[in-house]
Amino acid sequence: MATDRTPEMEEEIAALVVAAREGDREAFDELVRRTYVDTYTLAVRLTANEEDARDVVQEAYLRAWKGIGRFRGDAQFTTWLYRITANASYTLVQKRRRRRTEPLETAAEPVELRPEAQPEAAAESAVVMAQLSDAVAQLPPKLRSIVVLKDVYGLSHDDIAQELGISVAAAKVRLHRGRKKLRDILFEEQGRSAHAV
Amino acid sequence: MQCEDVARLLPETVDGSGPIDLAVQSHIEACLRCQAELARYRRMLRALQQLRTRYLEPSPTLLAQTLAALEEVGERQAVRSLLSGRRLAYAGAIGGAAVAAAAATTAVLLARSRRRAAALRLAS
Repeated sequence: MATDRTPEMEEEIAALVVAAREGDREAFDELVRRTYVDTYTLAVRLTANEEDARDVVQEAYLRAWKGIGRFRGDAQFTTWLYRITANASYTLVQKRRRRRTEPLETAAEPVELRPEAQPEAAAESAVVMAQLSDAVAQLPPKLRSIVVLKDVYGLSHDDIAQELGISVAAAKVRLHRGRKKLRDILFEEQGRSAHAV
Repeated sequence: MQCEDVARLLPETVDGSGPIDLAVQSHIEACLRCQAELARYRRMLRALQQLRTRYLEPSPTLLAQTLAALEEVGERQAVRSLLSGRRLAYAGAIGGAAVAAAAATTAVLLARSRRRAAALRLAS
């Protein structure tokens, strides 16, 4: 289950990663159990579609299992998994875009699984956060993926560019456009309702 | 420096990742409209960072489906590795049999040629 991880939990994850790299499937299954809510949340934010997000989660863990031997441990496992999830999501969104033309569904309302462990998040009202989630889901996929990976998950421009197959300069331009567009969506909403970020 | 110029620059300067031009900074310090705009971007970025800890609840079947997909891949890998092991064993057995057959044929041909030579000697 996803939580804000303590240093002890991070150590346990690191030990599981070491075992998984040696081919221990049970250790990898335990890594899946500990991280799948986090991975699913990122997948929903990137795809703005719950069904696609489920496919992305499965694909991400299959890729992670195949590639765990190449994970050198120079980054956190979760960061490595975010990058794989971003890449799997990008592949799926591209594939879906070729197949259908209807707009993407709006992302699900966020559910706080452990609100007591999130004092900062609790400070902002659930309504505002739901409004923000909706606004992010309204961004065009190319801009949304950059805003989510950089401003929500804190990935570097280099990592984002590599996983999305674009240049660092293009990633920066898209971030700029994405923030501007998100600001417009949010504050146009503000004009129509009393709530705003 | 106009408000529109500042507004265009704010999305990339709001996170403090790059240096802010002095002219932009001076304009913001003197302009309430641009200060308000900067405050909006900062609130938006802060809220986006908080979104990181707002977990979404997946369908109850997601974990089981993911583990089952991994299991399936693991089984396929095991079968592939078993088959490739068997293929090697088959190839080895076939190669060995071919060498043995060639050796036996050579021995038979040699024996025949010796018998024929002996018969010719007796006849002469």
